[in-house]
Amino acid sequence: MIDPVLDRLRKTPEWLVLVVLGLVSLAAPFIMPGLVTQLAFLWLMVVFAQTWDVLGGQLGYNSFGNVIFFGIGCYATAVMQRDSGLPYFDALTLGLLLSALLALVAALVFGAALLGIRGHYFAIATLGLGIAAGELAAGWDYIGAGSGMSLPLFPGELGSRELFFYFVMLAIAAVCFLTLRWLYGTRFGLAMNAIRDDEDKAEAMGLHTTAIKTVAWAISAVFLGLAGGVAGNMLGFIDPRDVAFSGATFGVWMVLMAILGGKGTLWGPVIGAIVFHITKELFWTYLLGWQRVALGVLIVLIVLFFPQGIMGWLADRRRARAGGAA
Amino acid sequence: MVDNFLLLVQNPNFALDVVLNGLLAGAIFALAAYGMSLVWGVLNIVNIVQGELVVLGGYIAYAALSHGVPAYAALPVSALAMFAIGWGLYYTVIFRVVDKDLFISILATFGLSIVIQQLTNTIFGSDVRSFDTGLGSFYMLDGAVTVAWIKVIAFVLAMVSGGVLWLFLRHARLGQAIRATAQNPRAAHILGINTDRVYAMTYGLNGALCGAAGSLAVMAWTIHPYIGLPYTVRSFMIVVVAGLGNVGGVVVAGLSLGALENVAGFVLGAEYQIAFVFTLMVLILVWRNWRAARRRTYLS
Repeated sequence: MIDPVLDRLRKTPEWLVLVVLGLVSLAAPFIMPGLVTQLAFLWLMVVFAQTWDVLGGQLGYNSFGNVIFFGIGCYATAVMQRDSGLPYFDALTLGLLLSALLALVAALVFGAALLGIRGHYFAIATLGLGIAAGELAAGWDYIGAGSGMSLPLFPGELGSRELFFYFVMLAIAAVCFLTLRWLYGTRFGLAMNAIRDDEDKAEAMGLHTTAIKTVAWAISAVFLGLAGGVAGNMLGFIDPRDVAFSGATFGVWMVLMAILGGKGTLWGPVIGAIVFHITKELFWTYLLGWQRVALGVLIVLIVLFFPQGIMGWLADRRRARAGGAA
Repeated sequence: MVDNFLLLVQNPNFALDVVLNGLLAGAIFALAAYGMSLVWGVLNIVNIVQGELVVLGGYIAYAALSHGVPAYAALPVSALAMFAIGWGLYYTVIFRVVDKDLFISILATFGLSIVIQQLTNTIFGSDVRSFDTGLGSFYMLDGAVTVAWIKVIAFVLAMVSGGVLWLFLRHARLGQAIRATAQNPRAAHILGINTDRVYAMTYGLNGALCGAAGSLAVMAWTIHPYIGLPYTVRSFMIVVVAGLGNVGGVVVAGLSLGALENVAGFVLGAEYQIAFVFTLMVLILVWRNWRAARRRTYLS
């Protein structure tokens, strides 16, 4: 029953999908005015999943610490808005630029230090990095220590704030998607996949593997930094452990969404993020008090029974229908 | 920060107090790390849920103690209960990830750790818990060094628990089967060892070690639902420094970490103690990889 629909979709040219998706996302806040904030968070989730997949899916380096760039973004924009004394939109723009810059620098530094490490050591090192950052932020008085920071009020009229940040977040997600779409088609993208498939051989072929990995991490860091600056403003408040460097929520969600959609594909993380976010929003309210337990169970279930993700499942299905051995 | 450091340097007695209390805490870290190295060596899994098992063991001991179980029985009760939980976890989740990609096992055990963390938080509340055994303290050097008796007892019990397991692995038939499986699971299987049961047993024994560590932690120190991950990271770093299967190394690394952490917590301020643990782990990995890179290899 589902196969004809899938075949139809597969034959649709990608530009048409993109145009339709773009029009729908531009119109969505006016069609569903009550859900603007949730929709803006949907784009945040899409950015999370896509940027995680750059390293996790395309390069085969599973990072549990990508949330650190998001946190840096949150704080950089907030500090700029608090201390620069500029008008709201000037401070926000400068803050976002600073966020992207700091996230980039952090990715280059951490990448040079950590990206020579492979396998589970890398995964655990990044897990430690993310939590260490949260704990350090929770002790630093300049950025509000454990009690967090409040962001300035949006100057526009009631309701315009949500709409404004919706479009900013949509722009970040769209630019991120198009950048990665272009990147995966270049020689750089091929080099990334070569490292994932066999790093020693890739190195023997003359690829500067650590440099490639670091640049790839820096690209995802820039988008995460920007998303962090905007997300902080969307929430109006940032907290070191539960918002900015929240390893147990955003930090795991990005991994989970990319796996759910299908690691190492362009569309997988996008689909995974959309499915995960909608499911989460629908079910969260019914699981009051138990949602984090449910999240843990969900991680275990997806990892154990659905590690190939939606895209992987579709590919298997197509192969099976074509009569080949799956 | 500098003041605190000078305080330590100028008062050797006080420094002794800080180091000694840290060493005593280190025994618990070493016990949890021994369990992690066992699971890592036999099942080839980095058990991210390790720290949550310690915390869960602590809560089981706390619940038993507050229902009138005498303090000397807390450790066996918690260890037995956690053995059963470990066994159960193996047959529900862990057996599915044993021969999978390492990323799968890390993510699955990470998911489990979130489940247990949130369950303990929901059931027992997020308050800091500690059970007062009422054993008092003893003083040395005119009261400059204060050590609670329970911490000394916890230290001894931790060493004894680890020692018992070590003897078991060395001499019992099942222990030998576990070591054989660690060396070569395929050969062990061909020679008639039920490797699946050995894995379950190993994971159960790891649970028992965590239960013992947790029961000692709740009596001698404190527990709350969110200290699981720090225990995991401590165990991981101890195993990385000591090397797999090196029991002596685990003890030395565990005690050193305990002392170092306590000194760092005092010098930097207690709010940075957890940050110190995580940063230290990252630095150890970076340093190990840098050393490996000079020999044209890498950490993986």
